[in-house]
Amino acid sequence: MTSRRDFLIAASGAAGGIGLAPASRHAQATPAAMQEAIRKVTGGAPVRNGRVKLDVPPLIDNGNAVPLSVAVESPMTPSDFVKAIHVVTERNPLPNVLSVYLGPRSGRARFATRVRLADTQTVLAIAQFSDGSFWSDSVHVVVTLSACLEEGLI
Amino acid sequence: MARAVVNVPAKVKRGEIIEVKTLIQHVMETGFRRTQLGEVIPRDIIRQFVCTYNGAEIFRAELHPAVSANPLLAFSTVATESGTIAFTWTGDKGFSVTESAKITVV
Repeated sequence: MTSRRDFLIAASGAAGGIGLAPASRHAQATPAAMQEAIRKVTGGAPVRNGRVKLDVPPLIDNGNAVPLSVAVESPMTPSDFVKAIHVVTERNPLPNVLSVYLGPRSGRARFATRVRLADTQTVLAIAQFSDGSFWSDSVHVVVTLSACLEEGLI
Repeated sequence: MARAVVNVPAKVKRGEIIEVKTLIQHVMETGFRRTQLGEVIPRDIIRQFVCTYNGAEIFRAELHPAVSANPLLAFSTVATESGTIAFTWTGDKGFSVTESAKITVV
């Protein structure tokens, strides 16, 4: 059974992977900058949905420090591990948030940090596996006080 | 001088997966904000974080302006041998801070 949400996420992941966003005009048509950032990471390889768990609160009071963690299902052995995890956003001034590089010595493919989110938007985590495949997870977040663009703070 | 705090368990069993937490004091100025006179405040962020375990790199992160002020990074590693886990943050305006922690593996 596929919910509407799952379908949209899968569709956006597929569109991101092959860079055909203009062809699929669904509600989550992600801006070009994010697609460009994804292409830079994957080099045009397909991005599949799954194996990645992006944990970020769905409703955010203050976008200046949003706890974000990513966990990827992987045995993390020398033959099968996660090489990198990239986090990108749709409506921040710059799409990239951070990229982390791991290896078999990580033991577990996971990390946690705190990020800024400028607007209500979709946050995407892409994991690059040692076999060259890409998997992703995305979360739609609602931000009430945005980071970066607030005027009159200083 | 920026203050850095790292948290590594002092004594662990060999092969155990440990959680490493790091926090560093830094404004992470995005370069998108303006003063009241309309001048852009220049970007001043940490660009890169590297963690080494007895000299071998185990974790690296590239940060962009969207990382919060006073960046926190928590990750895991396998405790392979006793020694030193070293952390280096480098960034704009010649920012560079190094911190290290001792670990004993039994």
